[in-house]
Amino acid sequence: MRDALGVGIAVGLSGFAFGVTSAGAGLSILQTCALSLLVFTGASQFALVGALAAGGNPFTAAAGAFFLGTRNAFYGLRLSQLLAVPRVMRPLAAHFVIDETTAVSLAQPTRRAARIGFTVTGLTLYVLWNLTTLLGALGAEAIGDTAAWGLDAAGPAVFLALLAPMLRTTTERIVAALAVVLGLGFLPVLPAGVPVLMAALAAPAVLWLQGRRTAGAEDKTAMTGDERTGR
Amino acid sequence: MNIWIAIALTAVGCYVVKLVGLLVPAGALERPLVQRLAALLPAALLAALTAQQTFSMNGALVLDARAAGLGAAALALVLRAPFLVVVGAAVVVTAGIRAIGG
Repeated sequence: MRDALGVGIAVGLSGFAFGVTSAGAGLSILQTCALSLLVFTGASQFALVGALAAGGNPFTAAAGAFFLGTRNAFYGLRLSQLLAVPRVMRPLAAHFVIDETTAVSLAQPTRRAARIGFTVTGLTLYVLWNLTTLLGALGAEAIGDTAAWGLDAAGPAVFLALLAPMLRTTTERIVAALAVVLGLGFLPVLPAGVPVLMAALAAPAVLWLQGRRTAGAEDKTAMTGDERTGR
Repeated sequence: MNIWIAIALTAVGCYVVKLVGLLVPAGALERPLVQRLAALLPAALLAALTAQQTFSMNGALVLDARAAGLGAAALALVLRAPFLVVVGAAVVVTAGIRAIGG
């Protein structure tokens, strides 16, 4: 229960921050609210308005947001086994497949509890996220110059807070560091939105280099002809 | 108009990836390499986005008050502060430095 409250407050605040950031990026209130209603996955929304604010074209901006959203497919995979969602309900349930509903569902002891947790968390956060987005967008209009209030720092701070728990292993840290170098290095020379996509290549690049190293080490130490090598 | 195109593409793309996870048979996405890539991709994107939105302005690299704000957010994260404090620290420090003319 306290967890649910904590998740709710955090999501409400990010919703507000998103509304302010989106309005500051030049999107109308209607466009800002449409994003929260239809996309409903926070990091992708922040990425999209950030790319649009930087002058990115709609296709590269949407591509960055899309790649950030691909993690939800893997959440859906785990949830479909856990919740056994009836076929007709899947298109509706899909909209609620996000970080928070997955975390809550996976923490439940039974399928029944997981289903309730998923539904309650999903509905609550959907209402909260959209209300606070609207408040943030309205608030930004009232405030006027969002930069003078330091609100342009809210977006990157939200990203950093989402990123922090993902940096537990050395591999994750190397990927993040390489992505920063690529993202900033390509920024002055490539059109807006493209450098982020180049930075995403840090993930497969590091995995590939790691795969080569472990494959090399296995060749030297264990000559077992293990079928799993490289798979 | 461009903004609406971006919104429509993002809405459809993000919905489809959510739905795919619920519809595909288990196992299709369960290969270890695919799973590891999926775990690392958000880390790469978030790291690049954090850096870009802190150190760039209109396509050029800049160092301004936002860098101090992000530093404050990082410190708050190291101290295990709640989400509100992390974002609040970034906003307050950035605004403060701008107010004193930084």
